[in-house]
Amino acid sequence: MPPKDSIANTFLVSFVLCVVCSLLVSSAAVVLKPLQQKNKELDQRRNVLAAAGLTVDRSGEEVAAADMSGTEVEEVFGTRVTRRLLDIETGEYVADGEVDAQFDPKKAAKTPELNTPVTGEFKIGPSSREKQTWVYLIKDGENVEQFVVPIYGMGLWSTLYGFVAVDKDLATIRGLTYYEHGETPGLGGEVENPLWKSKWVGKKIYDEAVTVADANNDDIKTGVAKGAPTAELAAYQVDGISGATITCNGVTAMLKYWFSDQGFAPYFKKLASEQGAG
Amino acid sequence: MASPTAKEVLLKPIFDNNPIGLQILGICSALAVTTQMMTSLVMSIAVIIVTGCASASVSMIRQRIPSSIRIIVQMVVIASLVILVDQVLKAFLFETSKRLSVFVGLIITNCIVMGRAEGFAMKNDPKMSFLDGVGNGLGYSFILLAVAFFRELFGSGKLFGINVMTPITEEGWYNPNGLMLLSPSAFFLIGIIIWIIRTFKPDQIEEA
Repeated sequence: MPPKDSIANTFLVSFVLCVVCSLLVSSAAVVLKPLQQKNKELDQRRNVLAAAGLTVDRSGEEVAAADMSGTEVEEVFGTRVTRRLLDIETGEYVADGEVDAQFDPKKAAKTPELNTPVTGEFKIGPSSREKQTWVYLIKDGENVEQFVVPIYGMGLWSTLYGFVAVDKDLATIRGLTYYEHGETPGLGGEVENPLWKSKWVGKKIYDEAVTVADANNDDIKTGVAKGAPTAELAAYQVDGISGATITCNGVTAMLKYWFSDQGFAPYFKKLASEQGAG
Repeated sequence: MASPTAKEVLLKPIFDNNPIGLQILGICSALAVTTQMMTSLVMSIAVIIVTGCASASVSMIRQRIPSSIRIIVQMVVIASLVILVDQVLKAFLFETSKRLSVFVGLIITNCIVMGRAEGFAMKNDPKMSFLDGVGNGLGYSFILLAVAFFRELFGSGKLFGINVMTPITEEGWYNPNGLMLLSPSAFFLIGIIIWIIRTFKPDQIEEA
């Protein structure tokens, strides 16, 4: 072997080291990938169920989403939930033949061909969003009971990712949950607090004076109040979280965006007209 | 330096030569992950593993490392180990890894790991280096857990996510101290811990 400080040895050591390390890292990545993928998927499903209030264990007892075992999540998800890929702008489902089961909305939001700029009066932080996304239909037997749609937007430090469950009347929130965020635990992080999340149940999205089909962006009344909501808004808004004004403003902004004409309103209107016809 | 015994190498960094307390290294991550006990614990274990293994591997190849690229070699070893730990966490401890997010990756920049590789492992055999790495990891963990204990207890009234003092937000009586959840409180706590350590070990006090 060449002497330690010679140029030949420098090249040799760096070469061998790089090969060994890259082999190590890449094999770990490949071996662990399926497990990680499964974790991620399970986490999504768990949160869809949490938003829809379907977190029950085998015996039918209601439990916290985190306490459901993997198999229980799969079981409930398998029997009650149907996942459909939605074209957000038109509000139409993507035809079954064209659905890529591995489609990742988060990646799509950053891919030029798959995203579209965030326009309109409501801002969610990121400047573009995906064109298509997964929505989840919660069924009870044959009838669809709830629609769970993904929402995300900027809080104080991070983008918050979550789901909101909407009743089949398309005007009432049945649940809201966040599964990924980097807000300060105890302050903005309280969006995870079960007590606060439970306050969303039953809140109306659009001004009750108008029907979903006629609702426009000005009629979106839901959001987080500063402190307690005023009496006239109590049907639409929940209490603010103290010490987390900016996070709460982010939650309001993202709800308004995702319920607006730029978000899921076309989808809801389509569903409403189908219900009216059927 | 007279050759230290294994016990010395392992235990000295906890009180006598604490990487945070005396060397004031690795402060950044100590601020970031200490709002909860659980994240601190996982972070501590990750750092112990990385410092231990990095020191051992660097020491194993120390005779062959050309001095002109030694820092880069150490960085490559450390970075690979950190990625490994990150991948394993994502596969087996998904919830916690979500909460630690970017900070696991930032172990790479934790000065303690690099400091031990350069300062100890380059001159000592693998076994000693491993113990030294683990010891310093333990020293770091000690501070981290101590800080997290107070921050989680007074900041959210919980320990390991279990209610100890039920906060008002969950219909209890305790009004959480929001300052404890913000980074400055970690500075105060680390300062207080350093003060206490130096009260008992006056030889650590620097000459003014």
